[in-house]
Amino acid sequence: MLMFVGRRSVAAVFVLFTISVLVFLIFFATPGVDPAARIAGRNADPATLAQVRHEFGLDRPIPIRYGLMMEHLFVHRDLTSFVNRGALVIPQILQAVPVTLSLVAGAAVIWMVLGLLMGTVAAARRGTALDPLMMLLGVVGVSIPVYWLGEVVNLLTQSRWHSGLFSWVPPLGYVSLSDNPGEWALHLLFPWLTLAALYAGIYARVVRGEVLEALNEDYVRTARAKGLSERRILVRHALRCSLIPIVSLFGLDFGALVGGAALLTEVVFGLPGVGKLTFDSLQNLDLPVIMGCVLYAAFFVVLANAVVDVLYAALDPRVRRA
Amino acid sequence: MSSDASVAGPAPASTERARTVRPSAGPWRTALASLRRDRVAMVSLAVFLLVVLACVLAPVFEHHVAHTDAFTSNISGTTVVHGRRVPVLTPSSTGLGLGVTPIGPTWDLHHYFLGADGQGRDVMARLLFGGRNSLLIGVVSAVIACGLATVLGVAAGYFGGVLDAILSRLFDVVWAFPVYLLAISLSVVLLTSGLTVGPVHIEGDSLWLPILIIAVIYVPYVARPLRGQVLTLRGRDFIQAGVGNGATDLRILRKDVLPNVMPTVLVFLPLMTALNMLTESALSFLSIGVQPPNASWGTIINDGLGLLYTRPTVTLAPGLMIAVTAVALNLLGDGVRSALDPKARLRGAA
Repeated sequence: MLMFVGRRSVAAVFVLFTISVLVFLIFFATPGVDPAARIAGRNADPATLAQVRHEFGLDRPIPIRYGLMMEHLFVHRDLTSFVNRGALVIPQILQAVPVTLSLVAGAAVIWMVLGLLMGTVAAARRGTALDPLMMLLGVVGVSIPVYWLGEVVNLLTQSRWHSGLFSWVPPLGYVSLSDNPGEWALHLLFPWLTLAALYAGIYARVVRGEVLEALNEDYVRTARAKGLSERRILVRHALRCSLIPIVSLFGLDFGALVGGAALLTEVVFGLPGVGKLTFDSLQNLDLPVIMGCVLYAAFFVVLANAVVDVLYAALDPRVRRA
Repeated sequence: MSSDASVAGPAPASTERARTVRPSAGPWRTALASLRRDRVAMVSLAVFLLVVLACVLAPVFEHHVAHTDAFTSNISGTTVVHGRRVPVLTPSSTGLGLGVTPIGPTWDLHHYFLGADGQGRDVMARLLFGGRNSLLIGVVSAVIACGLATVLGVAAGYFGGVLDAILSRLFDVVWAFPVYLLAISLSVVLLTSGLTVGPVHIEGDSLWLPILIIAVIYVPYVARPLRGQVLTLRGRDFIQAGVGNGATDLRILRKDVLPNVMPTVLVFLPLMTALNMLTESALSFLSIGVQPPNASWGTIINDGLGLLYTRPTVTLAPGLMIAVTAVALNLLGDGVRSALDPKARLRGAA
């Protein structure tokens, strides 16, 4: 088991390193792309360009620039923004993390509850109208663009029905949990529901498939033979075993979302999280911030991948030999 | 040697006895027949084709029905509502009085059916033209992604060794990179400079840019399951029999491997088209996908943001089109899957 964890960690570090190189190359070595021209602005004369290039170290060879950026990012932790001169990258990211975590954690609770409920009900009521209805709901959830759903929610809660039904909905924005827990939840309620709507559908589909498969297993027949109630068989036996693949799926999605995949939701609801920070830095092409955000995101995804793999290996010894 | 050595298909459907009674339908025809009996899948296919047809006919609508131009702004234009001539854009009467309020939906196909956008352009005409691009990008990038994934996944699974190691690591890296961040990074960089590969140069505002970017980022989604499938196929008796008979790799790949992975690819195709369309719309919504003067459903939603509270149709209509098309494609994908029944699964993206 220890061997497996070790091997998995080495692989994770390798993937992270490759991603950092890849991102660096995308932004600094794509043919025809000149970061200096962006910093200096349009129509800058050659002298200014040369000065900018020297000032930002853009005239040095690419491997050295990569090394320098990584050194500033991880060793000195003083990488600064290209656009807001003097603004440090790492504190900006750290400041944005709680917002993203709040959004994703709340949404995760909602989508897990909804997904498990809808998936189990659909599996248990197979053959009735409830099953295809639940699954159709799931497909619709997957097919709606999340940012558009957010806009529609904004339209209803902030404008159309704001004077009546939704008069209690606060304006867009974020209030930190430590400042005011009630306001925190109120501000995040609709972002949570919007993000959860997308994932609840996916999870309901997966849960349904897994539960149906489990219901065909021998141990379920044994449980029936023992005279257990259908509900007990469903929840205690079938659902419980179906949870293993769900947990691994959840780990991956959660990691990706915390890493910034919730970008669209954050942008639409004006939440100053990591996704929003990435988006803003992309808008004004603030390369150090982009590098920091993408690496941070990749870190979470790779971490989630590794944790899931190790958990899987802990649950199923056969995986360790693969 | 196993008896199904020469059978090329997902399942050796026919037996000796059946063959003497009547010719076997074959796996492909069986699947097609079962797909045609699937009412949900057929309705979905019809809806999708209807959307495609409407968008293909966009120029007809623009010139002969609405008599407008979807791409030039019409700031001081007028139109007719209930027999009265009214301006398309009226100066805003609320707040600072800056900005304009475009005309809302008239529900009259000849005069701004869905109203106008902030520049006085017909939303309905733009919706149809935008749909052409959204559908084109979705379909073409899905075909490219599935094609690339088939080549790479099959090669990695079949040849193994160093090639497999390199390709698998490559898939791992792209897989670990959050798709939206990868797409956004690539788009931001390539939009300003375009892409030059050898003698080919793609301009920054070309539709090929989002097509290629989206195709590349989703390759591992299809290639990984395909690689696994080929890996198990590789050990099966009928492949081993082919090797034993001295068949070349190319022949085994063409006659035995490819026919067995094709069903999986076919299942992925509609699902990937839906996913790619959603990704394109998200990129365009962030204004780093389709570039003006071109439009797509995503860019129209973006255009409508400033008008969300006054003229929500500009935002609502393209979103509904995306949702309807994606639902149709996903249901069609489900139908294709249950007709062919390979174990394919697709992860979603936020």
